[in-house]
Amino acid sequence: MITLAAGEEINPLVPHTAEIIVGFIAFTLLYLVLRSKVVPMFERAFTARTEAIQGGIEKAERAQREAQAALQEYQSQLSSARGEAQVIRESARVEGAALLEQMRAKAQEEAARITAAASVAIEAERTAAVASLRNEVGALAIELANRIVGESLDDHARQSRVVDRFLDELENQSSQKR
Amino acid sequence: MTRLSEGEGFTPPSAVDFNLPPIFGDNAFTTKPIFLVFFSVILISVFFILASRKAAIVPSKLQFAGESVYGFVRNDLAKDVIGHEFMRFVPYLFTLFTFILVNNIFGIVPMLQFPTMSRVSFPYVLAIITFLVFHYVGIRKQGALKYIKEIMFMPGVPKPAYILITPLELLTFFLVRPLTLSLRLFANMFAGHLLLLVFILGGEHLLQGVIGLKLISPFAFFIGIVLTFFEFMVQCLQAYIFTLLAALYIAGALADEH
Repeated sequence: MITLAAGEEINPLVPHTAEIIVGFIAFTLLYLVLRSKVVPMFERAFTARTEAIQGGIEKAERAQREAQAALQEYQSQLSSARGEAQVIRESARVEGAALLEQMRAKAQEEAARITAAASVAIEAERTAAVASLRNEVGALAIELANRIVGESLDDHARQSRVVDRFLDELENQSSQKR
Repeated sequence: MTRLSEGEGFTPPSAVDFNLPPIFGDNAFTTKPIFLVFFSVILISVFFILASRKAAIVPSKLQFAGESVYGFVRNDLAKDVIGHEFMRFVPYLFTLFTFILVNNIFGIVPMLQFPTMSRVSFPYVLAIITFLVFHYVGIRKQGALKYIKEIMFMPGVPKPAYILITPLELLTFFLVRPLTLSLRLFANMFAGHLLLLVFILGGEHLLQGVIGLKLISPFAFFIGIVLTFFEFMVQCLQAYIFTLLAALYIAGALADEH
């Protein structure tokens, strides 16, 4: 027991070497520990927290901007699609009208062709019929005349002349009647 | 203890009570204050390492507790006082604050019950370190000559006034500041502990007296308890004041014109 002599005057303001040394060592030790282990970690937590908050805000803003952009894009797409549809409808209408016109012309042409062919055929048949009729009528008439008049008209050439003349007269009569 | 065994009369506690004998052996390194100082270093280190280990964005209760103390020193002391260069000094101020706070509070922790800072050596050490830090900062920032000149010849003062101001300023910067810093802390802890000793040892002594004195004894203990709470306040306040002044001195050394 070094110091505790009962009545000894002690000045509390006088430092002790051992305590000074220990004080320096302890404080330095604590400083090194706190500086290397604790302060960086707390700073990291603070930074991370700040970033998390700021990041959240930025993320929300970005999402909003993106949504806005998407909306605009959709709207523009919609309007362009509408325009396109309009164009397509218009062109379809025009095309349809043209097609209709074309088909109508074709049908008319066909009809004309058919009519023409029919009239040619009818004419030919009529001619043929007239020719054969003339022959037959002539023969029948000669036959009849022969029967009536007798043999005077046997000569073939004369016969046909007479018949022709007769028929011509007949035709003339009918045309004059008309 | 020796005092009580002497039996006769009450010897009031004095400075002798702060000179504790070595716990074992016969040297100056095994005394209670020295153990307490090392214990405080371990306590603070373990607590803050555990609290800061995860550094989570959403803190646990432990991390929140550690962060509150750290945030207080960082923002309310360092940042507000020193300004934009504060981050360099946060580790130092943080160490200072926690070291003083824990060692002060040892004064009212049951079983320990000795404020280490009532041993004047420790406040001296802290004041010397602070003294070195703020002068170093000032010299690094402004250059030795300019720094000394700023201290000796405060700008914006009429020339004749320097006769009075220059010695005062030198005294302030090189003697008064470290001295007041250490003595304020020391005296508060010393006086506080002495006060507690008076009431609690006094109460104990009264208890051994005649029946009338025995009845008075609870009042002494009661006042001792009230003063313990008061001491807690003083202990926190002194840790805060020491750290605040250290920050102020650093800020002064950093500023171009103090």
